[in-house]
Amino acid sequence: MTRTLLTNAKLIDPEAGTVTHGALLIENGLIADRFDVPNPDGVDAEVVDLGGKHLAPGIIDIGVKVGEPGERHKESFKTAGLAAAAGGVTTMVTRPDTTPCIDNPEALEFIKRRALETSVVKMLPMAALTKGRDGREMTEIGFLLDAGAVAFTDCDRVIRDTKVVSRAMTYARSLGALVMGHPQEPTLSKGAAATSGKFASLRGIPHVTSMAERMGLDRDIALVEMTGARYHADQITTTRALPTLQRAKDNGFDVTAGTSMHHLTLNELDVADYRTFFKVKPPLRAEEDRMAVVGAVRDGLIDIISSFHTPQDEESKRLPFEEAASGAVGLETMLPVLLRLYHSGELDLPTLFRALSLNPAKRLGLPAGRLSKGAPADLVQLDVDKPIVLNRFKLNSKSKNTPFDGARLQGKILSTWVDGTQVFPFPEGTDA
Amino acid sequence: MRFDQRHLLGIAPLRPEEITTLLDLAENYVDLSRQRDKHGNALQGLTQINMFFENSTRTQASFEIAGKRLGADVMNMAMQASSIKKGETLIDTALTLNAMHPDLLVVRHPHSGAVDLLAQKVNCAVLNAGDGRHEHPTQALLDALTIRRAKGRLHRLNIAICGDIVHSRVARSNLILLHKMENRIRLIGPPTLMPPGIDAFGAEVYDDMREGLKDVDVVMMLRLQKERMDGGFIPSEREYYHRYGLDAEKLSYAKPDAIVMHPGPMNRGVEIDGTIADDINRSVIQDQVEMGVAVRMAAMDLLARNLRARPNHLMGADGV
Repeated sequence: MTRTLLTNAKLIDPEAGTVTHGALLIENGLIADRFDVPNPDGVDAEVVDLGGKHLAPGIIDIGVKVGEPGERHKESFKTAGLAAAAGGVTTMVTRPDTTPCIDNPEALEFIKRRALETSVVKMLPMAALTKGRDGREMTEIGFLLDAGAVAFTDCDRVIRDTKVVSRAMTYARSLGALVMGHPQEPTLSKGAAATSGKFASLRGIPHVTSMAERMGLDRDIALVEMTGARYHADQITTTRALPTLQRAKDNGFDVTAGTSMHHLTLNELDVADYRTFFKVKPPLRAEEDRMAVVGAVRDGLIDIISSFHTPQDEESKRLPFEEAASGAVGLETMLPVLLRLYHSGELDLPTLFRALSLNPAKRLGLPAGRLSKGAPADLVQLDVDKPIVLNRFKLNSKSKNTPFDGARLQGKILSTWVDGTQVFPFPEGTDA
Repeated sequence: MRFDQRHLLGIAPLRPEEITTLLDLAENYVDLSRQRDKHGNALQGLTQINMFFENSTRTQASFEIAGKRLGADVMNMAMQASSIKKGETLIDTALTLNAMHPDLLVVRHPHSGAVDLLAQKVNCAVLNAGDGRHEHPTQALLDALTIRRAKGRLHRLNIAICGDIVHSRVARSNLILLHKMENRIRLIGPPTLMPPGIDAFGAEVYDDMREGLKDVDVVMMLRLQKERMDGGFIPSEREYYHRYGLDAEKLSYAKPDAIVMHPGPMNRGVEIDGTIADDINRSVIQDQVEMGVAVRMAAMDLLARNLRARPNHLMGADGV
């Protein structure tokens, strides 16, 4: 295989927390060497000059929904892969809430094969924690692990029966499997489409108190203490859940937490006149919550940022707000959207990529997410200052349900490499 | 006289002078409706369709009479029994109706925001006859007219809205309207029936009826919306009546000339004592019904004028 030298780059290193001028040597899909000078001499390789733009480890997006099996008209592995590549996402960690759900090794093999055949970026599957995501019987956690499941979750369907969760977590612990929970008190949040408060009251939208997230997290953390399971909270979106998370970490439990790009950049008022593209789960929160969650990402209390990419067709969104489907696409928009936080001074670039690349890799035990020697050459090159206007119809996803249509953003993804191969811009002949 | 609205989707988009314009015009229609010959011609040649996705007798009848008195061709559609059952979406229903060229579309829907959504897809004037827990603008306007006629003004009054606030679009529209017209508003009810964050709307919140009613000019009672309640909001109707039902004793805390209002239909013995409701010296509940027709005539008249002023108003929704 050829040796490629990426020169004249600003290297965003989330491990060291630095942005420095340098170059990377790629060989056999790995980062073979790293130089602290932009144009190192005497290296025998094909040279690609990155023109002084930023280079960062590719994003590992935990919680991507792909419509296979069951809803391929909303998203296929091919289109999700193209969207990911165009968004700097080099690994998609997929959700099992498909139709039918991924609750047996055969289904897991199927999606792995589909991804391998059609996706230009890497894919790692998560599996359901209970059969049919029904919250009654645990899945074959051992077989699913052997088949390649990296985590176990029933996604946004919270298991109401605490005994079932405690058994599943106890069993998962014996195998060292990672359990991902959706912290939410399910009876309080039933039917809710907004967060309780002035906005929901004014618009007359069924709402849930932000306290429901803390209650859900409190239960899950107690179960972690009881069972010793490895636990990741998928989305922490409220101020009130943060002390619980802090306590769990202080106590040394094996707990991490994520949040979504939408909860970091939008608040409940963005729903405005019942705009259903802003309907996500959990619902958008108050501005104070958004700011607290950004602060928690900065401090490292919240470890991971994900897009929670959820493709929905126009029909499921063109409905009255209460009836409309939840979720937004995010694979392709996440990085430019999150750069808002960089430009506003809320997060610096190494911190952003710590949450997007390094921490997800660490949590899943992957060698990626770093710019160090020996790591896979999964990389994204970006111009953080270039202004763009987002046009939803130009997205690579089959579904165009982004709340950022028409948004003026600053930050453009220039190239993406997976295992040293450039996957974006798309090679000639790709029917994107 | 200015009224710059294309639709009447809620009170929130209206300016105070537009509210006054509408109420002034409604006064004329009160007089017209009291004559033996009640026919006006403001809506002559126009087609009005009443689309009710939720049961209603009173509001639908009021809109129908209002339209007919002004010469519109009125058609009622009971949407519950119709294509919705066959799986048609709200937008498709709207587009289907739109192709029949109605001029005025009166819509009630069980979900908040559904009428706004529909209004984006049609090119006639849309009137919100109640959407979920959001707004019910003509009810607030008829209440405002009733208050203005009974009290001689619609500002600087102490007004109490009592009961099931959380499920009530009537309360929301009234709160917005009365606040725009510079009144002091008190919301009284058990905390379980009070929407969170409502104090931020500029209202004072009370959970004690006697304390809340002290020295008010207007007492607006709300119906306990049992059909919207999933799960116990109150322990029992009799305890509710004991603590929040309007009877002579509780009413004695209000000003001696305070008026009593109710949007109907009433649950006698649940939120209001029958003798108070029937007391012609205090209750203006029958007046509210009368004002309802006048206000709806005025609203449709104003929207029709704007409709006629738009060139080729039948061409394309939202300028598309």
